[in-house]
Amino acid sequence: MSQHRIPAWITVGVIPLANVAMAALAAALVFWYLNINPLDALQAMVYGAFGSSYGWGYTLYYMTSYIFTGLAVAVVFQAGMFNIGGEGQAYIGALGVGLVCLGLGGHVPFIVLLPISIIAAFVFGGLWALIPAWLQAKRGSHIVITTIMFNFIAASLMNYLLINFMKPAGTMSVESAVFDPSSWIPKMHEALALIGISIDRSPLNLSMFWALFVAFAVWFFLWRTRWGYEVRAMGSNASGAQYGGISIPGTVIMIMIIGGGLAGFMALNVVQGEAHQIKLNLVNQMGFTGIAVALMGRNHPFGIVIASLLFGFLTQGGSELQFEYSVDARIVVVLQGLVILFSGALQNMMKHPIERLYLRVTSNRRKASEELAAEA
Amino acid sequence: MTAQTHSAAEYALELRGIDKHFGAVHANKNIDLKVEKGTIHGIVGENGAGKSTLMSIIYGFYEADQGDIAIDGQVLKIRDSKTAIASGIGMVHQHFMLIQNFTALENVVLGAESGELIDDSLDKARTELNRLSDEFGLSVPLDQPVEELSVGFQQRIEILKALYRGARILILDEPTGVLTPQETEHLFKVLDSLKAQGTTVILITHKLREILAATDNVSVMRRGEMVAHVKTAETNQEELAELMVGRKVLLQVDKGDSAPGDVKLSVRNLSMTDSAGVKRLDNVSLDVRAGEIVGIAGVSGNGQSELLETLAGITPVDSGTIDLNGHTLDVQHPMNPSQVRKAGIGHIPEDRHRMGLINTFSAYEAFVLGYHRNHEYNGALQMKQGAIIEDCKEKMERWDVRPQDPYLKTANFSGGNQQKLVIAREIEQNPDVLLIGQPTRGVDIGAIESIHKRILEMRDAGKAILLVSVELDEIRSLSDRILVMFDGTIVGEVPADKADERTLGLMMANIVPDDIKALQAEEPA
Repeated sequence: MSQHRIPAWITVGVIPLANVAMAALAAALVFWYLNINPLDALQAMVYGAFGSSYGWGYTLYYMTSYIFTGLAVAVVFQAGMFNIGGEGQAYIGALGVGLVCLGLGGHVPFIVLLPISIIAAFVFGGLWALIPAWLQAKRGSHIVITTIMFNFIAASLMNYLLINFMKPAGTMSVESAVFDPSSWIPKMHEALALIGISIDRSPLNLSMFWALFVAFAVWFFLWRTRWGYEVRAMGSNASGAQYGGISIPGTVIMIMIIGGGLAGFMALNVVQGEAHQIKLNLVNQMGFTGIAVALMGRNHPFGIVIASLLFGFLTQGGSELQFEYSVDARIVVVLQGLVILFSGALQNMMKHPIERLYLRVTSNRRKASEELAAEA
Repeated sequence: MTAQTHSAAEYALELRGIDKHFGAVHANKNIDLKVEKGTIHGIVGENGAGKSTLMSIIYGFYEADQGDIAIDGQVLKIRDSKTAIASGIGMVHQHFMLIQNFTALENVVLGAESGELIDDSLDKARTELNRLSDEFGLSVPLDQPVEELSVGFQQRIEILKALYRGARILILDEPTGVLTPQETEHLFKVLDSLKAQGTTVILITHKLREILAATDNVSVMRRGEMVAHVKTAETNQEELAELMVGRKVLLQVDKGDSAPGDVKLSVRNLSMTDSAGVKRLDNVSLDVRAGEIVGIAGVSGNGQSELLETLAGITPVDSGTIDLNGHTLDVQHPMNPSQVRKAGIGHIPEDRHRMGLINTFSAYEAFVLGYHRNHEYNGALQMKQGAIIEDCKEKMERWDVRPQDPYLKTANFSGGNQQKLVIAREIEQNPDVLLIGQPTRGVDIGAIESIHKRILEMRDAGKAILLVSVELDEIRSLSDRILVMFDGTIVGEVPADKADERTLGLMMANIVPDDIKALQAEEPA
């Protein structure tokens, strides 16, 4: 096996596409059962997600969130751990962003406020991950369990803070005051309008560029710096890393803070870019979906950007579907579930046949060329 | 068992034209093998020569692409190990397949129960096992959990398991790796009595001396091919080694006298208890001087690994003092592995897969493990990938690591080349003290020769070297002084010229022969 390896375009291109195709086939069966022509459903989804600048806007808006929560899972996974706490880390990140915008909005110019809110998103999300990380590093409490529990604690804490402190007097709904407009991250349609391009209104805002930059930065961190080297060493062989003088507890804590911080960035998109206030349950399962995104994107930052686009498409296309055919809103979850099932749990189902096929084709070709060479 | 209708076939096992591919790798090429009934047949070959593949085919783990297997002259299709067992083949794996918290008896019965209720099976098995034990000298405490038994006993259970299932052909894969010389001797006696009762034994090993001691015939494999079948009586170590490697090899290294200098590594009263509360090191004291190799012999698992890991800073010290090249390491002054490296200590770990390398890394990345924070490999923010790759290429050339491809994943190098990568990495940093664990485990004979030469070069360059190995030959041919470890303590010291196999073997079982005692009494403690 060692001599003829499978090229990257098969591993990161063909196999994930085949997995998605399998998921699509299974989804087709679901639609068929619901008496919806699968091709019509697909068309509705594609049109809904990509057919207009409005659809595109929503798709990319969701993509932005998924990039952050996906990266939050992936960096930690590179260290060999499973961060299930993206949901809570993003929620607490939103608290950081909200406090900055509520406190400084209107008092300082946006250009000053934005770096502060970015730092706040990272620090709040990161500190929320620090506690489970510390417990794992020093006490051996399993990080999967603690991060799950911290999602619930985050939700309760935010409930408490919203109801008791942040809800403006006299309102009924559990949400903070709306931020000062000067603190809002500009919407894409507004920004493009400045340079004369007109697109439809959508929640898409400039934090998308930050997401793409962060994905690149994560790649650089993991594969170009000595800290990333230590993270990857620990992820693939912890005792080897220890032998190499890498501090396991230190690395656990560092990478969890980074993971939590990345999840916290999601609040820039959802809170500072779109809602402009802290709302109850604003993360809305996107932290959990980040796990699927990371799985689908093979825990690689560039893979995650692509997987985020796919999940953005599913989310937006799925809600169009719900609108068009009045199917249950949870059809989106069903579709996501199928993608996770086929590209996560069943990923080897397509992997081995495809790899074998590739090896057979190339070995035949090699034999043929050797024969040609022998004849000549 | 069916009545033997065939006119007593001459061969218990016959392979004709066995061929097996794994993807593009040709693991077995047109293998022919005839194993005479009632003999002990040795199969030798380097790692990756295809021995294990061949045995897995016989035992039904893999199916051959081509070729026939005949048992007692009858051609059989062995699709799974069930068929293999039913045709009288038994296998003792290198890594035992025992349930640790089951008793010996339960382990033997597992998978061969004779009814719904376990008690009947156990009773029946007990009678049968008692008979087998008496017949072959395989006595085992039947009612003790396996985890409480020594490795030697565990191996006997594996053999009993095979015999209980009616094995007439017994395959043993590297059976002596974990045994003391005395246990090995006992094993060979057992094999002889099995042979006397008509059982055929196939012995797979890389230890040529054992092949000569135990077998009747021997077959040699090289690169997936069967290259020779010889009568054991008509061959010798040198010839077998040459057949295995395909060229002449030097088995004994030429070693000049050592010129010991200052003490570079000194251990006093070192003790260590592991997380399970087991005392792994008990009051260990030793010195290693510049320009000498101190070998630590012992059956694996008697504290050697813990000693190395404590010295390397991986496991913290419980009590005692270590002087590492002028730096103190004890409870008050803990050091982590990178501090130990900075003190001028190089560490070649016992298990390169578990520790020495990161298998998913490219060669150049694995090549800086432990030194990845060094100034020459780092810029302000990013690692100097170009410089690391250049450095790696240069050292790969100097150490003849093949293939010379810094981008290749470490997992894709052969065992010998992986080991060279690790050794090159540690030695090229020019440490004053070298801690070496199992330098040639799973390494081809050809590579062993060059690794041994390098270690001696390091000694002659004035390095202090502590060498841990379970290969007695290796310890004996490299060391200037030999310490023997048993159960976390140092049993005694033997000068290299007094270190014959019997003496070391006894000491490995915690028995100090009188002449060594006398020797130790003479020396001041």
